Amino acid sequence: MPTKKMAIIATKGTLDMAYPPLILGSTAAALGWDVQVFCTFYGLQLLRKDLSGIAISPLANPAMPMPVPMPVMVAALPGMEAMATSMMKAKMKKKGVASLEELRSLCIESDVKFIACQMTVDLFDFQRSDFIDGIEFGGAAMFMKFAGETDVCLFI
Amino acid sequence: MDYDKEFDASGLACPLPIVKTKKSLADMSAGQVLRVIATDPGSVSDMAAFAAQTGNARLSSGEEGGKYVFFLKKG
Repeated sequence: MPTKKMAIIATKGTLDMAYPPLILGSTAAALGWDVQVFCTFYGLQLLRKDLSGIAISPLANPAMPMPVPMPVMVAALPGMEAMATSMMKAKMKKKGVASLEELRSLCIESDVKFIACQMTVDLFDFQRSDFIDGIEFGGAAMFMKFAGETDVCLFI
Repeated sequence: MDYDKEFDASGLACPLPIVKTKKSLADMSAGQVLRVIATDPGSVSDMAAFAAQTGNARLSSGEEGGKYVFFLKKG
């Protein structure tokens, strides 16, 4: 059976949206798949050395379960994002959900290849030193070469 | 059932039971049996799918003392 392949385009940098590329990437790699994750725009957050700044906001996010109903004007107050983020992280830890750092390490250990989109790296004035070692930098054509051969290709 | 190694994934949520089962199998030889214990209800269908896609045979899948117990034979 030929090795299956998956390509993911990771475009989001909030706590909830940082998980799916890392969960699917680590799982597919565990199943023996070749995986590449192309990180662009806010998805570049997945590649930063320090992931502690990745947050979740209750603002404009009516699907987020809250302990008490929260009016938009309250969700917009300073400190609410930090509070929601620390509550979410505490809940995840309690339920045995891996941290982003752990999932990313598991991906790297199992040879998931991460590619930082050079255009957005330059757009946001990131330095290569902002990112973890071992990633590649490239553009759309580089991604398409691999994506064209995949069994699963996801935009997240 | 006899087994050669055990991995306790109790308390771990998706995808850790699967990803770490794969890691546990890495240093085992073909034909050896791994016993996996999990508390994540999703691991029941995930373990079946893992076995089907990786060539590691799932010898059994059951419940013991409120936990899920799987026996995998390394392929």
